[in-house]
Amino acid sequence: MYQYDEYDQKMVETRVAEFRDQVERRLSGDLTEDQFTPLRLMNGLYLQLHAYMLRVAVPYGTLSAAQMRMLAQIARKYDKGYGHFTTRQNIQYNWIQLKDAPDILADLATVEMHAIQTSGNCIRNISSDQFAGVAKDEVCDPRPYAELLRQWSSFHPEFSYLPRKFKFAVIASAEDRAAMRLHDIGIEMVRNDADELGAKFFAGGGMGRTPMIGPCVREFVPADALISYSEAILRVYNRYGRRDNKYKARIKILVHELGIEEFRRQVEAEFAHMHPLDLDPPRAELTRIQAFFAPPAYEPLPDGFDDSDPDFKLWADANLHPHKVPGYAAATISLKPVGGIPGDASAEQMDLIADLAARYSMDEVRVTHAQNLVLPNVRQADLYALWQELDAAGLAPANLDLASDIIACPGLDYCSLANARSIPIAQKLAQRLAPVERDLGELKIKISGCINACGHHHAGHIGILGVDRKGVENYQLLLGGSGAEDVSLAKITGPGFDENGIVDAVETVTNLYRKRREDGERFVDTYRRLGMDPFKEALYG
Amino acid sequence: MIILTGNDLKTGDVVWWTGDGWSRHVGHAVFVGSGEEPGGAAEIMHREEAARAVNGPYEVEATDEGAGPVPSHIKERMRAAGPSVRLDLGVQAEG
Ligand code: SF4
Repeated sequence: MYQYDEYDQKMVETRVAEFRDQVERRLSGDLTEDQFTPLRLMNGLYLQLHAYMLRVAVPYGTLSAAQMRMLAQIARKYDKGYGHFTTRQNIQYNWIQLKDAPDILADLATVEMHAIQTSGNCIRNISSDQFAGVAKDEVCDPRPYAELLRQWSSFHPEFSYLPRKFKFAVIASAEDRAAMRLHDIGIEMVRNDADELGAKFFAGGGMGRTPMIGPCVREFVPADALISYSEAILRVYNRYGRRDNKYKARIKILVHELGIEEFRRQVEAEFAHMHPLDLDPPRAELTRIQAFFAPPAYEPLPDGFDDSDPDFKLWADANLHPHKVPGYAAATISLKPVGGIPGDASAEQMDLIADLAARYSMDEVRVTHAQNLVLPNVRQADLYALWQELDAAGLAPANLDLASDIIACPGLDYCSLANARSIPIAQKLAQRLAPVERDLGELKIKISGCINACGHHHAGHIGILGVDRKGVENYQLLLGGSGAEDVSLAKITGPGFDENGIVDAVETVTNLYRKRREDGERFVDTYRRLGMDPFKEALYG
Repeated sequence: MIILTGNDLKTGDVVWWTGDGWSRHVGHAVFVGSGEEPGGAAEIMHREEAARAVNGPYEVEATDEGAGPVPSHIKERMRAAGPSVRLDLGVQAEG
């Protein structure tokens, strides 16, 4: 894992001291709320439905055991004993007190963490593949590039006041586990015909009010030019992004309005101007960063483990991912117990996961955009013992990518922007579908409490969007989305449903799938083959 | 009818105007005159915010249900009670 150098540490500590002073001035009345709000948002502190909410960055979703322990400690000491892992691979605390915020940030700084750039119109936390560095199918470890982008974008003066927020995802495999093309910039590390490493750049993807799949800007940018090409895109966006209209200010609107050819022409012109200026970091800096991500000391081990316990086998079949080193596996810890709150983990669970990471996973934990956690480096021989400990703590739902593994944003239970609750819908759906979820196979259900789409409803095989109909919660049903390499945007079926009606409606469409599927088809495949009409017919008659 | 709400500056707690201060319990809230009339919502909010007794106050529609005001919109009822999925948290957990 990357470790801060003295500059990183100094930057974070200086920011904590600065924010401590700002909080004191707010509490003493020297700053008004209008003056203070942008300052607290720059430090990830929102005022939400019930209290202040702190969003802590987890760079590219990677945590050490010590960092996870600190997250548990913060939940216990300053919050109400739990945290919520988000679709941006971050963690949020829902019950923070303003007076404690500087102390929390100081505690985070002791484990090289912060909440900087988790809000505001800047470059947000860089997200990545939860299996980065261990995936069998990757062309390289994408994390050093994500770290390079993190360093470049942290406090970047030119990009601190963009037209709107800006999100990057970096992956290095053809299988997209990070919803890469639904980001403002999506980068896929690739190799060209000469086996050189480079980056395929996509721009203008996003969800929210106007969902768009990011088109390709350039097929191959040499890896050494990753930063200057990113900078060229950001410069075009910073200059021409729609600052006049908040709803049209994301880069996706600019790319759409210009058209990809014209957008590409402008980016290439900017890049041609900038690249010769030698703004990219020297190769030695990348090499320095890469050294932190060198593979840990794997032992030579054979593949294979005893899965004769049927409950363990269920979990192993669903929640393990192949590792690039024989004898190891990446194990997903599902934070989706049936009837639970998607993405929530108690302080005790976080402590246990930190402990398990130290004992079984070479000190590492990952956060997934689907609000689960991963132990990326487990010896296959240890899997059974690991599963037993997870199971005893309620952390072994065997449901990865199944119907009860639902993404749900905090919705109206916590979020002041929400129109409707998301979590109770997820709970009811999980309860309804869990008994048949193995038969249903891969099914990605994603729920958002408003059009901002933090719950990725456009990218759900089944998406649900909460709306406010004259003060009453109502839910629109969408079908056919995907955030993976078969990326597509879900379409609305028709009129919405009430809280119970939406659960029945989802069951109706899954029943139709079970009747009409062909061999090997997932729900989304059957939908794509049949089209919307039979689903509409089943729903509305 | 109108009641006033905001957040406690230091703790972030949801609070309601009681006529002589701010309470975490919506049942303690009092109805106030709306808008700019003397002693009405605007004057109270301006005075209380300037004194840092409340953060970001605003008006909320509510009805009188006998046992005190009940906010009309679900979002404000959620703020008054706590998350519907965690009945062990928020004011609702205090009985
Ligand atoms: S989608 Fe809307 S309701 Fe859900 S967390 Fe985002 S802003 Fe809040």
